[in-house]
Amino acid sequence: MSQTGVLDSRTFNLPVDNIDTDQIIPGQFLTTTERDGLGQFCFYSWRFDENGSERASHALKAFNPGRQSVLVAGSNFGCGSSREHAPWALLDFGFKAVISSRFADIFRSNALKNGLLPVKVSEEVAAFLHAHPDHSVQIDIGNNLLTVEGHGKVEFPLDPFSAYCLTRGIDQLEFLLKNESDISRFENRRGA
Amino acid sequence: MSESSQPASTLFEKVWQRHVVREETAATPAILYIDLQLLHEVTSPQAFDELKRRGLKVRRPECCLATIDHSTPTTPPDSQGVRHYNTPEAKAQVDLLQVNCAAQGIPLHGWDSPNRGIVHVMGPELGATQPGMTIVCGDSHTATHGAFGALAFGIGTTEVGHVLATQCLLQSKPETLGIRIDGELQPGVTAKDVILHVIGAIGVDGGTGSVIEYHGSTVRAMSMESRMTLCNMSIECGARAGMVAPDETTFAYLEGRLMSPQGEKWAAAVADWKTLVSDPGAHYDRLVRIDASRIEPNVTWGTNPGMVMAVDDAIPSTDSPANREALEYMQLEAGARLAGEKVDVVFIGSCTNSRMTDLREAAALMKNRRVAAGTRVLVVPGSEATRREAEAEGLDRIFLQAGAEWREPGCSMCLAMNGDSANPGDLVVSTSNRNFKGRQGRGVRTVLASPLTAAASAVTGRVTNPRELMETGT
Repeated sequence: MSQTGVLDSRTFNLPVDNIDTDQIIPGQFLTTTERDGLGQFCFYSWRFDENGSERASHALKAFNPGRQSVLVAGSNFGCGSSREHAPWALLDFGFKAVISSRFADIFRSNALKNGLLPVKVSEEVAAFLHAHPDHSVQIDIGNNLLTVEGHGKVEFPLDPFSAYCLTRGIDQLEFLLKNESDISRFENRRGA
Repeated sequence: MSESSQPASTLFEKVWQRHVVREETAATPAILYIDLQLLHEVTSPQAFDELKRRGLKVRRPECCLATIDHSTPTTPPDSQGVRHYNTPEAKAQVDLLQVNCAAQGIPLHGWDSPNRGIVHVMGPELGATQPGMTIVCGDSHTATHGAFGALAFGIGTTEVGHVLATQCLLQSKPETLGIRIDGELQPGVTAKDVILHVIGAIGVDGGTGSVIEYHGSTVRAMSMESRMTLCNMSIECGARAGMVAPDETTFAYLEGRLMSPQGEKWAAAVADWKTLVSDPGAHYDRLVRIDASRIEPNVTWGTNPGMVMAVDDAIPSTDSPANREALEYMQLEAGARLAGEKVDVVFIGSCTNSRMTDLREAAALMKNRRVAAGTRVLVVPGSEATRREAEAEGLDRIFLQAGAEWREPGCSMCLAMNGDSANPGDLVVSTSNRNFKGRQGRGVRTVLASPLTAAASAVTGRVTNPRELMETGT
């Protein structure tokens, strides 16, 4: 995400509901102890067959990483396992934001920690985007605004703290560490 | 209005409020104190790396508890004492957790511990899980611990690092969903069937943004192990956590366990825990009622846990893209019956259903029977303690005599990352928690079910209603 907090991009559509994190990155790749280089495993079973050969036709084949950095997915995106490998894989694969009418809680939290922006929209906006593949959108984090070409501007929910951290590159752990005295006071109060 | 000056609170609100270090503001989320962080090998390495990179130490190593469960083999070591991992990476991941825990002084139940087990089986068995606690783990099934009246939820690896470094998390307060379950369960119906039914009723995203509190006469009558099964799958309807208010059943389970309060501290703890109930008139954002007496043994027919039905029902014929795609993957037809389908593999295990009551139920059904020809059965106890207890009762011999495999504890075929996987196209009746495409191996078709249904299906080699094999006396 740029320092200005504005992302101009084309969309890439995966109009499937309930895409779970096992689909985003299968369990067999979780033995890694790194967070880099997981894009090669992103949607692995959708892209490759049992022998590891790329499938002749699959939805991801049309993905253009330089041009399409916004994934438009079905509802309840990122459900299932808490694996943070899912946003790591999506980012490394070339996505910078995901648009869906609903996000699973843990995925949403993990995505925000890594600069992958979850943009929650109404069913109606999602349906418009599903009907218009490779569509031009602009995501303005500072103003919580999604501009969909030919459809107008819509607000999306993003808590001010996450927006602040994303646009300024501020780290949530630094924020917690700055509250050390409050944490110590809390521990002393309960006699921990 | 109550006479007290305090407004009526839910169990969740009481536990939340006890742990607020800094209240939520318009600009910042709340800082929530975490009493216990459970760790395993898969979701912790990058968090330890982050601490190292910043030169930070673990703030409260004694508030962490680690185990190895996901990447570990469930086959015994060879005659040389060597354990055979699925891949060198799996072994490296386990070795790294041992190094990280030793460096930071974190208690680890590794290969040499008599208490090692699946993280959500081991914590309660040790008495580490207690009412009123906040508990996190880099694992979505952390909701299991809510069975004790703890606020327990899964987090990502970045947050694992936050808790290691500060013992705190930044959290926005979730909503509350009250699920009231009343009525007596029919014979052959277990907590697993109840939670599958609940997920079917409210949908795979019906709990998103919420913490569920389960109450009602059915929940009160459940054992701790059943309550753990119930809370375990809260994430499968999208909920952050599931909770059950502690009661005498909870206290009886915890008394005398290794990490439970001892001596004078025990009575004080129980007195405090008794206050952890929702007040009369406490407000829930939503309420759902379930009639448990009408629940049948349940099985999933599709590719998420909300695609569920009574085992003898016909597969729903609702035509939708999602249903079509699920049925195509499952090689099943709308309107057809799932009962009677050939079963290739049965898996009895996972943090959902690998405890003593689960194993006893399965063993009772398999006793003096044989696993059907052409069906492979894996029974994987949830922990070393469970394994010992099961072997002392002779359950291992019942499974082995029936022709099942009796494995060492671990997550095993629930997510198949340790090499315990089925073959492409296999139909697996599984007591685990997720029937996602490929979860138990490429192209594997998972049917989620209770230990009773799994055991019945093992014996007949077909998806089977356990009542057909049970002497119910009714």
